Amino acid sequence: MTSVVVLDYGSGNLRSAERALAVTGAEVVVTTDLERAASADGLVVPGVGAFAACMAGIDRAGAGPVIAARVAEGRPVLGICVGAQIMFDSGDEHGVVTKGLGLLPGAVTRLAATRVPHMGWNTLDHPAESELFEGVPADARAYFVHSYAVTPNADLDGVAIVTTSTHERATFVAAAERGALAVAQFHPEKSAAVGAIILKNWVGLLRG
Amino acid sequence: MAVAIRVIPCLDVDHGRVVKGVNFENLRDAGDPVELAAAYDAAGADEVTFLDVSASVEGRGTMLEVVRRTAETVFIPLTVGGGVRSVSDVDVLLRAGADKVGVNTAAIYDPSLIEDIAKRFGSQVIVLSLDVRRTVHGTFEVTTHGGRKSEGLEAIGWAKRVAELGAGEILLNSMDADGTKAGFDLELIARVREVVDIPIIASGGAGKAEDFPPAIHAGADAVLAASVFHFGEVTIAEVKKALLNAGLPVRV
Repeated sequence: MTSVVVLDYGSGNLRSAERALAVTGAEVVVTTDLERAASADGLVVPGVGAFAACMAGIDRAGAGPVIAARVAEGRPVLGICVGAQIMFDSGDEHGVVTKGLGLLPGAVTRLAATRVPHMGWNTLDHPAESELFEGVPADARAYFVHSYAVTPNADLDGVAIVTTSTHERATFVAAAERGALAVAQFHPEKSAAVGAIILKNWVGLLRG
Repeated sequence: MAVAIRVIPCLDVDHGRVVKGVNFENLRDAGDPVELAAAYDAAGADEVTFLDVSASVEGRGTMLEVVRRTAETVFIPLTVGGGVRSVSDVDVLLRAGADKVGVNTAAIYDPSLIEDIAKRFGSQVIVLSLDVRRTVHGTFEVTTHGGRKSEGLEAIGWAKRVAELGAGEILLNSMDADGTKAGFDLELIARVREVVDIPIIASGGAGKAEDFPPAIHAGADAVLAASVFHFGEVTIAEVKKALLNAGLPVRV
């Protein structure tokens, strides 16, 4: 059975991620145990709240090197929401810049929109070559709740398959896939049937 | 494309059971919040809200079990409100499987609670509930105890303040319109929209599908209703159709 670890490095709703992944048929464990995080077939890094607080949680847990090593060895990691943001170079909140894990090029900045947080179901502009979005209809919507995001940039386009979404006039990175690393700004575990397709695709890629 | 207008059913839960009658077809147990949440998910609801009206510790314990079971089976966002008084109350609900937590009376008595929750979990977890009533002077005031008690707090200024303190969105409930089925209080929505940029969930007064689009045009981002959905007077699909006909984006 494919094993997945949901990394518990703070608080928040991890139950939905655990159950939504279990529905795909994976054996899912929510744990703080870094050895299990390193050895599982797939590692999910969740995260809600502030970028700086999540990075502090990752640092406290000592999880950064484990995540980086997995990605370097081609062993899948999925970052969700702020767990996706911390994979980028940096996060800028209220003028305070926090260093991220630097596994994807780009900075996380405040959404250039009036209605913030961006909260609700939005459409996705996913490229045909995306493995994560295979079988997701063109007009499908996923659930977002965030005030910060990465603006699409040439460096990222050069190394990753990038899916975007647009809130008001702000187009931002909704997902990115680079080798073993996949990140989703939205919540697949809260995106009903669309999220289930995406999680099933990801679990299907494990042990590939 | 734009973010879809959210349509949210609200269930009152007491000791783990749905309080108000629910008239939904093909339910094994119409009093089970978990089964109802799943039914609303299947019916196209964009989120589900539980309002815990239990007055006892045992009731709250039962509610946590309901939240756990719901989070395990329903994969749309879940908000849980009612009796949230501290950061640790929020922590317990989030760990049980809630995505957002409704905060109401406790924030009126201690506004720093909003800041404390936002700092710990992020603004996005806070749905600040406002039960608003019109005064004889034509102003809007904040009430508690189901609209029976005035808190001597002007509502529009309070809405602005909670947004500044870090609320992620506002659940704006008109106590005057609530139960009338005469439509939402559009002036109230417009007044709050003038002073905040965070999302507004309009509540109170919906009687038919055509009542919903004006609430969005007045400035709301989402609509919430209880009995009209539970009694099958209006379906989620009918509301979405009315929104779509009004040129508004919905998730279908």
